[in-house]
Amino acid sequence: MSAEPIWFRLPPPPTEVPRAPERPAPRAVELTIDGASVAVPEGATLLEACRSIGIDTPTLCYLENLTPVNVCRVCVVEVEGLRTLVPACSRTVEPGMVVQTDSERVRHSRRMVLEFLASSVDVSTAPDLRRYAERYGAEPGRYGPTAATVAQPVKVDNELYVRDYAKCILCYRCVEACGTDAQNTFAIAVAGRGFEARISTEFAVPLPDSACVYCGNCIGVCPTGALMFRSEHEMRAAGTWDEARQARTDTICPYCGVGCTLTLHVQDGEIVKVTSPLDHEVTAGHLCIKGRFGWAFVGKRGE
Amino acid sequence: MDLRIVGPLATAVERAAVDGVLGPPESGWHGGVRDARLEGHVAYGGYAARERRHLLLPALHAVNDRVGWISQGALGYICQRLTVPPADAYGVASFYALFSLTPRPPVVAQVCDDVACLVQGAEAVCAELERTLGPAGTPTAAGRATWQRSPCLGLCERAPAAMVRVAGEEPRETVLAPADAAAVADELATRGGPTGDRAPSAPPIPQAGDPSLRLLRRAGRVDPESLDEYRAHGGYEALRRSLEIGPEAVIREVIDSKLLGRGGAAFPAGRKWEAVAHAAARPHELVCNADESEPGTFKDRLLMEADPFAVVEAMTIAGIATGCERGFLYIRGEYPLALERLERAIAQARSHGFLGDDVMGHGVRFEIEIRRGAGAYICGEETALFNSIEGRRGEPRNKPPFPTQAGLFGRPTVVNNVETLVNVLDIVREGAAAYVAIGTAGSTGTKLFAVSGQVERPGLYEVPFGTPLRSLLDLAGGVAGGRQLGAILLGGAAGTFVTEAQLDTPLAFETLRAVGATLGSGVVLVFDESADLAAVVARIARFFRDESCGQCVPCRVGTVRQEEALARYVRARGDGPGGEVRMEIEAELIGEIGRVMRDASICGLGQTASNAVESAIAAGLLETPA
Repeated sequence: MSAEPIWFRLPPPPTEVPRAPERPAPRAVELTIDGASVAVPEGATLLEACRSIGIDTPTLCYLENLTPVNVCRVCVVEVEGLRTLVPACSRTVEPGMVVQTDSERVRHSRRMVLEFLASSVDVSTAPDLRRYAERYGAEPGRYGPTAATVAQPVKVDNELYVRDYAKCILCYRCVEACGTDAQNTFAIAVAGRGFEARISTEFAVPLPDSACVYCGNCIGVCPTGALMFRSEHEMRAAGTWDEARQARTDTICPYCGVGCTLTLHVQDGEIVKVTSPLDHEVTAGHLCIKGRFGWAFVGKRGE
Repeated sequence: MDLRIVGPLATAVERAAVDGVLGPPESGWHGGVRDARLEGHVAYGGYAARERRHLLLPALHAVNDRVGWISQGALGYICQRLTVPPADAYGVASFYALFSLTPRPPVVAQVCDDVACLVQGAEAVCAELERTLGPAGTPTAAGRATWQRSPCLGLCERAPAAMVRVAGEEPRETVLAPADAAAVADELATRGGPTGDRAPSAPPIPQAGDPSLRLLRRAGRVDPESLDEYRAHGGYEALRRSLEIGPEAVIREVIDSKLLGRGGAAFPAGRKWEAVAHAAARPHELVCNADESEPGTFKDRLLMEADPFAVVEAMTIAGIATGCERGFLYIRGEYPLALERLERAIAQARSHGFLGDDVMGHGVRFEIEIRRGAGAYICGEETALFNSIEGRRGEPRNKPPFPTQAGLFGRPTVVNNVETLVNVLDIVREGAAAYVAIGTAGSTGTKLFAVSGQVERPGLYEVPFGTPLRSLLDLAGGVAGGRQLGAILLGGAAGTFVTEAQLDTPLAFETLRAVGATLGSGVVLVFDESADLAAVVARIARFFRDESCGQCVPCRVGTVRQEEALARYVRARGDGPGGEVRMEIEAELIGEIGRVMRDASICGLGQTASNAVESAIAAGLLETPA
């Protein structure tokens, strides 16, 4: 019989855990924005540089938790020496850039982009877009009553959310959230071309037939209300949706151990919508089907 | 990737068509027969599968060519084979005009109604077809055939043009040009003849045989299907010399030649080559852009049809000089004869050691792969073309990064137009010094011009840069029937209108820029004084609306608003003083729309989509009805 049973061994003595070498601090890049000298870390975008000195640059397709696709072109700024305007959301800073964010050229492009959208899309549930349109003096009415629009019937094909593509500005955010930026489900993509381009499942099959897992992250990133909780859609149709009467309460999702923060939107004692803060370190604003939609049981004890 | 593929299964015919491109499926995970003993619970796919995504477009072509359209089952099978999500693949397939995602008869006549055909009676052809066969899209010939309208087919020198595509076991395309309704209907009824040209007409290269020709030296004189003849007429001398002097010296020659890109943007070719040759990241990629789809352009088609080996040789020189082991030749989907001849040329070059692992015995490797476009003007934009090859929607990318930094597959990429590349042959053979002696100081060499419209001898012309527009027009026999000139559309749909007053402008990049015009890709579309220019400009506006990829707002909506405003402008003509006020309002609005498209669009399509419309209004060409 051995003195030392085979199942009893001291753990090996702790050794130094190798550490990654310290990263050098990013170099600062100096540029001029609207006459003011700005220094930002190398690799920053013009949008970040603008925001660092308090310039409010409008954005529609850009969202902090997604890869910039620079398709809405509402954030364009003028850079001295370049033939065209550049999208602030994705253009990285270069030393010595001279940037104008409020020149006549910039204001013209922003106004026209907002006019184009407001004249072709139903913007009734897009508060940001309407605010920008007002700021830049957009007059969507001047394209006349016969101007082509993307009007089409709302798609209601499941219990959880609706898709109203008459309100879609084709910002690609939902496609990104459904794809590699968050969910990796790839249930939707942009289909068709030009003015007929639409967000679609394969062969436009209803959502229940598609790869959709109902995480609702597309709703979370939609800037115009084209994607909406079915609860919100129905309350709006009934005229009972009232954000002034809604309380927002942060809590932790009860389902699993990840610990996502949920923001409950509560109206008249009922949860009407659930979101998560964009800057939350666990979720970055994204949830799963349970946290997003699985709250029907709340307040139902004893029923 | 966890794919969810539901719906109907692919038919045996559809599967066979896909397998013809991709080979038989490796396993049950890829759409083959399940064999649990061999596969167990191991998941295939991942990186290796996604590497094959560039085969998506060829696979879609295979089904479309075999069946005539792409069903949900066929798309699902392709997705399973290539590990692409079905929604994603649907987005790609629905991007391209040649693919149909709804049932379509196997025989389709595409009738061009674009600018050059419009002034040669395309509307009459369409009207007659509507009368005899019914509206576009109506099945005919017992449901086996149909017809549809098409943007420019690149057959402008023989307008009005039509092309009949027959899907089946042996898919084929037949060109009908000049076309009339009876011939189109007859072709549909008899389900198409063999691939090629039903109506070989007068040679479309009127200068053929002229000793001053350089790019067109062999065109029409040398059998385009014979490597021996090509070599007997100076072929492969340039590649031999380039292998002797080495890549650095070749790039030096191209830089010294001041060769500017002939695709429209006029970027110095040598600078691209140098940047890629010196790029540290490997491998490098070469792309030959043969997707010319500019209405009125057919120069690259004729060059490829008449001298395919020259394109192959030039690509080989470019590839070896810039450190590429393969080159992609992206040819537009509507060029069957050029495609056939290039495929043959590549096969012959390969079997004679001019391509492959040991090019001309110098121990260097170079291969050429052909990719067919599928009906999208935007894919001529270099970054959209990369996305198209990679199996994605042909949406342009934001620049920077530029192709020389991160192009095809994210690698350093040289992308050149067909004509640009063919210029390299003489540069390498004769040296840059001889080359710069031709043309002007700012635009060296010769230029191909696609002359069409109401002109006596439409066709492809080659003249040195600096030749006045008037001389080119004279060379083509002047305005058809000796009539008075109305206007010339220079540079195609993305170009500008010029009139009699500008006829003495030398044709060179710098001189045209000075008068606010553009050479573009070398389109010279001639209109006589009686031409209905309002209809022409309206067609151009519709062209951009149809061909915008839809990615950025200024172009997606701007092209629609431009078309609407132009229609209102034209309608207000002859409406007295009230009409004049309305015309002024619309002209101003068109100017504002043009400005945002030029300033804020992602790519050159949107940035130039208002050129022709604005220049026609500025020149007063639309003020009075024709």
